Amino acid sequence: MATTSQPTSLPRRAAVIGGNRIPFARANGSYAHASNQDMLTAALEGLVARHGLAGEQVGEVAAGAVLKHSRDFNLTREAVLGSSLSAHTPAYDVQQACGTGLEAAILVANKVALGQVDCGIAGGTDTASDAPIAVSEGLRETLLQLNRAKTSGQRAKALAGLRPSHVVPEIPRNVEPRTGLSMGEHMAQTAKRWGITREAQDELAAASHRNLAAAWESGFFDDLVTPFLGVTRDENLRPDSSVEKLAKLKPVFGRGEGATMTAGNSTPLTDGASVVLLGTDEWAAERGLPVLAHVVDAQTAAVDYVTGDEGLLMAPAYALPRLLERQGMTLQDFDLVEIHEAFASTVLATLAAWEDEEFCRERLGLAKPVGSLDRSRLNVHGSSLAAGHPFAATGGRIVASLSKMLSEKGPGARGLVSVCAAGGQGVMAILEAA
Amino acid sequence: MAGYASFVNTAVGKKLAAQLGLPRPVRLRRYAVDAPLVDGAVLVGGHGGTPLLDRVRAVLADEAVTAVGEVAEGQRVSAVVADLTAVESPEDLESLRALVGPALRSLAPSGRVVVLGRPPREAATPAQAAARRALEGVTRSIGKELRAGATANLVLVSDGADSGVDSTLRFLLSGRSAYVDAQVVEVTGGEAAAPADWRRPLDGKVAVVTGAARGIGAAIADVLARDGATLVCVDVPAAGEALARTANRVGGTALQLDVTVPDAGERILEHARARHGGLDIVVHNAGITRDRLLANTDEQRWASVVEVNLLSVLRMNEALLADGGLRDGGRVVVVSSMSGIAGNRGQSNYAASKAGLIGLVQALRDDQGLRRRRITVNAVAPGFIETEMTSRIPFATREVGRLMNSLSQGGLPVDVAETIAWLAQDASAGVNGNVVRVCGQSLLGA
Ligand SMILES: NC(=O)c1ccc[n+]([C@@H]2O[C@H](COP(=O)([O-])OP(=O)(O)OC[C@H]3O[C@@H](n4cnc5c(N)ncnc54)[C@H](O)[C@@H]3O)[C@@H](O)[C@H]2O)c1
Repeated sequence: MATTSQPTSLPRRAAVIGGNRIPFARANGSYAHASNQDMLTAALEGLVARHGLAGEQVGEVAAGAVLKHSRDFNLTREAVLGSSLSAHTPAYDVQQACGTGLEAAILVANKVALGQVDCGIAGGTDTASDAPIAVSEGLRETLLQLNRAKTSGQRAKALAGLRPSHVVPEIPRNVEPRTGLSMGEHMAQTAKRWGITREAQDELAAASHRNLAAAWESGFFDDLVTPFLGVTRDENLRPDSSVEKLAKLKPVFGRGEGATMTAGNSTPLTDGASVVLLGTDEWAAERGLPVLAHVVDAQTAAVDYVTGDEGLLMAPAYALPRLLERQGMTLQDFDLVEIHEAFASTVLATLAAWEDEEFCRERLGLAKPVGSLDRSRLNVHGSSLAAGHPFAATGGRIVASLSKMLSEKGPGARGLVSVCAAGGQGVMAILEAA
Repeated sequence: MAGYASFVNTAVGKKLAAQLGLPRPVRLRRYAVDAPLVDGAVLVGGHGGTPLLDRVRAVLADEAVTAVGEVAEGQRVSAVVADLTAVESPEDLESLRALVGPALRSLAPSGRVVVLGRPPREAATPAQAAARRALEGVTRSIGKELRAGATANLVLVSDGADSGVDSTLRFLLSGRSAYVDAQVVEVTGGEAAAPADWRRPLDGKVAVVTGAARGIGAAIADVLARDGATLVCVDVPAAGEALARTANRVGGTALQLDVTVPDAGERILEHARARHGGLDIVVHNAGITRDRLLANTDEQRWASVVEVNLLSVLRMNEALLADGGLRDGGRVVVVSSMSGIAGNRGQSNYAASKAGLIGLVQALRDDQGLRRRRITVNAVAPGFIETEMTSRIPFATREVGRLMNSLSQGGLPVDVAETIAWLAQDASAGVNGNVVRVCGQSLLGA
């Protein structure tokens, strides 16, 4: 636990009052026909019901989605209008790849801290099932030309340019535009660089399922999750998962001997949504709402993965020292640490980097390594490998769960949230039990 | 109305029913905030000094309803209130016959007969006890004689409890009691305070309803909220989506909680205290069925029903009724069932649990601690109510269930809810330890 005084420059700290999410479903599973707006609205409705906010005007709602239809240009506001919140509640969309949910929470928390709002809701939603499909570039150009045509001759000419290949739609793929590599392929390179073994990855994955199953069993999610479309638990969860079962899976990323990443130790495509309620202590007290935790500080970072200088998902490793320095803390001061499991190897490579003297000196500019993390403090109620990872919804899931875990530990307990994101980015935040 | 009831109200159905002498269910008069108490003049009368009629007239006057002493030729009355509290012997019952008998033909659809008497056990002589008890037989028979949605109920007012009768009188006359027929309600005392506004009698109250996600529980939440209460809606976590809909509709809070967990009562109290400053009204509505003939009922089926429907209520009450639990003047209403009164083939576990609830209510009636804190505990026992639970009953059985009562139709969840809302009023302080059936005078267990 941190014993130092906090040199935080924030005028007041935003409180995490509660959260809600819908159970996460496997892509093309139970939510196959639900849109991002449906899911975000459902997540909001559960939050409103739990906290008695029907008809209330909330300071603002900030949320987003990574895979987004062009019609969803005002996704969050539309979700608010479809919810029981007062129509006078403003809303805006946020997008920072997988960091969206956590970034939204930081944005709202900062507005609360600055006194610009006294309460707000942050969240995210994503569907890999109801993903937007784009027409090919050729067809798009033809259609635009057709739209501009004034005479039938011009119209005929525009249509004449159409080729069979133009009508094949483009389905969004999980690839980095600048490297053409999928996230998994990128991660496979990083895993190799850090010598992350298959066994270690499978162990982490098995632990994630075991921990999440235990949390569901104990009723931990009774006040964090509201069922949706008949789904009452995370669909991806395999309570009987084991290292032995995971060891049987074939690698899907990387090549040859050194390929260690399987469908079991990588997160599956998932549908879901989550939201978090933030506000001032006073706002919460007026409504008799308990404060679970406070947002202490946050930090984002980005790395140059395009030139191969650093691994795509390693940015959080760089964000941490800046946070620790500002807060006068060490990694070992945290009672709980939540590192988003994009892949088991992401978590392990990040931990390995923090233990590595050369990396910490050369890359992070630290005199001594960040050091190792007591693994009993890591993702204690499971993480994305078991729950699934609807990109923008992961941040809200972690913030709400971690806040509740911290509040169960007692006042002053501190927790760290780390989420890596596409484009070589990372978002981190520190929470402290109220 | 569904099934037979809707068919019989079509042109063909009406004709057929008339020819065959089949029952003709009508659309019952139900409460709306802006509706009059009753639709038209009310005939009032009785025997001897009719000590309660002044109160009756005052209630009617307050609602701008005309009270008449006799029915003029060709006139309709919306209700008859007969004060028989002064009967001394069975001869006096002639007053009832003379007043109510001729008036029945003039009674409007969804009309009301309310008979007022005193509890037989408080009678001074055997003759008086006989006369008082006779009122129950007459009232139940009137219920069976009435047509077109009209009902008959008896109110037994203890000596000295006259001032507590208003809320019950209003309830029985109004559309709130649409499906309450041939019931005996006892008003035994208590300081009954009239609400500032009879249209919002639960203003300022905090109420918890278990099993509020759907069916009867959702209707209870709606009605209590309409009457002014702030709602805490409880249901199992798996029913959370529907629970959130209820909670948001009534502007309350959702508490995802299985009522069988050991600390359910404490958690409800804690939630109500933290969010709303305290708790006044508890409605134990959550319930399940696991139907089998007793011969085929295993330990698990038996235990789960007894656990959810009865043991959880006993356990929660320990916390809710303890000092520092419900606020003074609190109200507990348990949802029992006709099956608990009449028994039902294939429902021995369910009937055991629902009868057990009645035992619980009767035991608490004389609890001195609760009396001091002016907390009442009552039960409602629904008959056939149109819900998801009953829509799964096979067609023929369902139709029989719907028709085997004096109103020839199933009740609606709102009918149970209205009855609970009446019991929850401050003004119902004198109604304690009652079991009120909401069954349209079911032929079962009558
Ligand atoms: N429908 C009828 O005709 C009828 C007749 C007599 C009595 N009842 C009684 O009325 C009550 C409501 O019945 P309904 O028809 O609305 O049934 P329903 O099944 O539609 O609703 C019951 C609700 O209780 C909830 N519930 C069940 N177990 C629970 C638990 N352990 N913790 C919290 N919530 C739980 C369910 O999730 C459900 O939402 C029940 O007690 C039932 O026995 C119904």
